[in-house]
Amino acid sequence: HLTTSLPLPSERDHLRPRIDMIVFMIDIKSKYSLKNVEASLAHVDASFFLGKVCFLVTGVGRVNYCSVEMNAIWKLGEVYCSPVLFCELELEGIRVATAQRLLRMLQICAGHIPGFSALSFGTLMRSSADD
Amino acid sequence: MDETVAEYIRRTVLKIPRDEIKTMLQKWGFLSEAQLETVNFHQIKDNISQDVVQLCEENSADIKQAAVLDIIYNNIYPNKRIWSVYQMNKTGEETEFFDLTDFKKKFKRRLRSALKNVTINFREYEDNAIWIRIAWGTPYTKPNQYKTSYVVYHSQTPYVFISASVLRSNLPLLCQALVVASNYHDIREMELRSHSLNSLQDIVFKRYSQNFQTYCPRPLSERNVAPETVDLRIIQENRNEKERIQRLNREVFGDGPQPKIEFAQYKLETMFKSDPKMDVLDKKEPFRCLIKFSSPHLLESLKSLAPAGMADAPLSPLLTCIPQKARNYFKIREKKGLLPGSFVSP
Repeated sequence: HLTTSLPLPSERDHLRPRIDMIVFMIDIKSKYSLKNVEASLAHVDASFFLGKVCFLVTGVGRVNYCSVEMNAIWKLGEVYCSPVLFCELELEGIRVATAQRLLRMLQICAGHIPGFSALSFGTLMRSSADD
Repeated sequence: MDETVAEYIRRTVLKIPRDEIKTMLQKWGFLSEAQLETVNFHQIKDNISQDVVQLCEENSADIKQAAVLDIIYNNIYPNKRIWSVYQMNKTGEETEFFDLTDFKKKFKRRLRSALKNVTINFREYEDNAIWIRIAWGTPYTKPNQYKTSYVVYHSQTPYVFISASVLRSNLPLLCQALVVASNYHDIREMELRSHSLNSLQDIVFKRYSQNFQTYCPRPLSERNVAPETVDLRIIQENRNEKERIQRLNREVFGDGPQPKIEFAQYKLETMFKSDPKMDVLDKKEPFRCLIKFSSPHLLESLKSLAPAGMADAPLSPLLTCIPQKARNYFKIREKKGLLPGSFVSP
């Protein structure tokens, strides 16, 4: 399900399946994008932040066009206890690799990997980032 | 043939893209077809231009013919210069019959009475457009053929498009001559400038697609036939929002291509509004600030902002009014009165 902001329109509530993972996409070239994500985060139930949320920063290939500060992004990841991934959508290789990563994370969040929960995965990601 | 004329022709030919040189020379009509056949247009441009100058020597070209070639070049490649738009007005008289010979005579006489050393050339095009090329000298020096201004005057309209070049001091003189020659009373500069002469004409003559308040009996989703295959596994939650943005965009910008301008400039003369506790600018002077938007194609990029998710729709009317108001330079002042706010000065 793709959306440009949260909350989701309520008229489609009955058509929507259970949501297993939320990926917030931030375009590093657009401050508007970051603001939009920050506003949408307020509408997310706290239980999602136990490993079912991740931030995907796009547009990182073009260093000259960065509008969003890296500090702001790291802070976002810290405050919401969620991993931050980076990718460049314009390059097919990176696009495919990122999609595979997200798919793997989704499998964990949906409970398809026995013995491994979203929370344990989240903790694993965080502790490896701190090293 | 004068050496300066030869050099000028050589340089003009060098400006033309190689594949276009023959066609342009044919348009010029100064060299015969037989003469053009003797030139090899596949060699390097340096050699082509030398050959052309040689032929012009045979025909004894003078500055008048060279100037015509220059006008033809600028008519085909006007986007290399910046054009400003001027509007003339006369007080309530009926439109007189336009006499081209009379116009040319009066223009030359007026200009030469103030400054003897000028080269003036005219060329008429379809659409009642008159191109005027002026090379400026000083009271003591001959006209410099590389310091030229171009004027495009559509005789059935009060609009004049001027590409002034470096010598802006000659502009008042030029404007005066235009007013006198065309039987108007005065002339004023509109706040509208661009490299694209065609787009300026489109804006001023209202030839771009305008937004009309049309009643759409069918909902928009039926009309937009998406050519790409829709993956049914992807669900767009905000389809309504996307359609609202498309509809607003269409209302504001219309359906067709936008006129091409490269920048919009807003000069703010408004008061800085801050927390009174911050004690900034307690002298209460206007906060002077200049905002400039630039883009290879400003209006198209503004049109794509909301659909690309980079701005809220609708866009500020300060941005979207550019074609309707026929201006891209604005001064924004405080609105005087009870309500604080700002308005755009005429």
